Amino acid sequence: MDKKELYERYQRQVILPGFGEEGQQKLLKAKILVIGAGGLGCPVLQYLAAAGVGTIGIVDDDVVTLNNLHRQVLYSVNDIGFSKTERATHSLRQLNPGIKIIPYNERLTVQNALILLDEFDIIIDGTDNFSTRYMINDACVLMNKPLVYGAISQFEGQVSVFNSRQNDNDETVNYRDLFPNPPKEDEVLNCADSGVLGVLPGIIGTMMANETIKLITGIGETLANRLLTYNALNNQVYKLALSARTGTRLLIPENEAAFLQMDYEWLCSSERTAPIAIGSEIDAGIFNDLIAKERVDVIDVREPGEMPVVNDFSNIKIPLAELSANTSLMKSDTIVAFCQSGKRSLQAVKILSGIFGGDKKIYSLRGGIIEWKKQKQTV
Amino acid sequence: MPINIIIFGQLADIAGGSLALENIADTNSLVKELHILYPALATAKYAIAVDKKVVNENTRLTENSIVALLPPFSGG
Repeated sequence: MDKKELYERYQRQVILPGFGEEGQQKLLKAKILVIGAGGLGCPVLQYLAAAGVGTIGIVDDDVVTLNNLHRQVLYSVNDIGFSKTERATHSLRQLNPGIKIIPYNERLTVQNALILLDEFDIIIDGTDNFSTRYMINDACVLMNKPLVYGAISQFEGQVSVFNSRQNDNDETVNYRDLFPNPPKEDEVLNCADSGVLGVLPGIIGTMMANETIKLITGIGETLANRLLTYNALNNQVYKLALSARTGTRLLIPENEAAFLQMDYEWLCSSERTAPIAIGSEIDAGIFNDLIAKERVDVIDVREPGEMPVVNDFSNIKIPLAELSANTSLMKSDTIVAFCQSGKRSLQAVKILSGIFGGDKKIYSLRGGIIEWKKQKQTV
Repeated sequence: MPINIIIFGQLADIAGGSLALENIADTNSLVKELHILYPALATAKYAIAVDKKVVNENTRLTENSIVALLPPFSGG
C-alpha cells in the first residue's frame, strides 16, 4: 500500500492525541491470533483488520450455520456451510487488503497450540467452551503471552486481559486466578443451551478489540488485573480487581512436555467422579483394601535404585521431581503415592492435588513402604 | 447493617439478582449461609468479590460490604 493511501485509510485515528503515526506503525507491525471466529471473534476480527493490525491469524474448524447469523455479523446466508476461517478471511481481505490474514481451519489442540501461539504477539480468546479456554490460558501462561479474554452468557459478558501488566511492578494474573478449575460440562450452560442476545458478543467483542489496540499501541489503560462485567439488560458495568492466587501455578503445566499431556476435554467432562477425599493419608490396612477392591494407580515416588524394591503389588515408578510431567500415566480415579517413610508421598499428594484438583482421590501411604512391609510381617 | 450481595449470570436463577443478609462475619460464613438458603449454589462454580476485589481466601466482611458472586461464562 502506498504511503498516501496508508495515510488516508488510517487518518482518523492517526490524528488522535497520543496515537499518531507511531501508534499506527505499532498496529501494522503487530501479530495477533484470534481463536474462535464466532460471536466474539467476528467483531474482534473486523475492528482489528479495519484498524490496520498487520498480521491476523484466525483459528476455527467450524462452518457457518443459519443460527450463527444473528450474532456472527461477518457472515451472510451465502456463507452457510462454508468454513468460517475461509469466509472470514475473504471478507477481511476485502475490508483491508493491506494486512496479512492467516486462516487456520483447524481445532486448537494441545498438539498444535504452542506451535501456533508462538507465531503471534497477542492471543485473543473468542472460543465457546471451557476446555479450549483453559487450554489457551495455560498455553499463554507457559509462553508468557498477553491474552485478551472475553466470554458471554445470555445477557452478560466478561472481559479481561491476562498475563499482562498495567505497571512494571504489578504481578500478572491469569484466568485460573479467577476460576482455578474448569466447571464440568453440566455445571454451566453454553450458548446453545442457554441462549445469547445477538448484540451482546458484538459489545463484548468490540471491547476485546479495544483492549488489543491499547495493548499494542500503549495508549490508555487496559483491563490487565481487572475483570469487567457488563449486563446488557440494565447497562450495569462492574470493574473488579484481580490478584494472583497462591497455588494457581501448580494447576498449570510447568513445561511443554506437561502441556502436551494435558487432557482439557476430560477436565471439563461431566463424567468426572466427585471428589471424596483429597490429600489424606491412609494406613497399610486401608491401602491393602483399596488396591484389592478398586482400580488404583500406585505410584512409587522414590528415586530409582532406592531399596527395598517393591513388587508385592503393581506400581508405577515416578520420582517426586518428575511427577507433574508424567500425569498422563495416571489413568485411574484413585492414586496412592508411597515412598520410604511417607514424607515425600505427602508432597506428592500436594503436587497431584494441585494438578487434578478434586478430580481424583489422591492418598499417601502413611509410614511409607517401610511401615507397610513391617505390617505385612506381623500379619 | 446488612451485607449486600450481587449475583451474576445464571447464578441469579438460583438466588435472584441481589440479596441482603445480616450478621455475616466473613466470606466463608457467607458461603455456608448461602448454601443453606440455596442448596443449588453448593454445586455451582463461582468467584467471590468483596468491594470490587476478587478474593482468593476467607475475607472479613464489614458493614455495607458489597459481595459479588461471579460464575464463569463459556460462551463466545
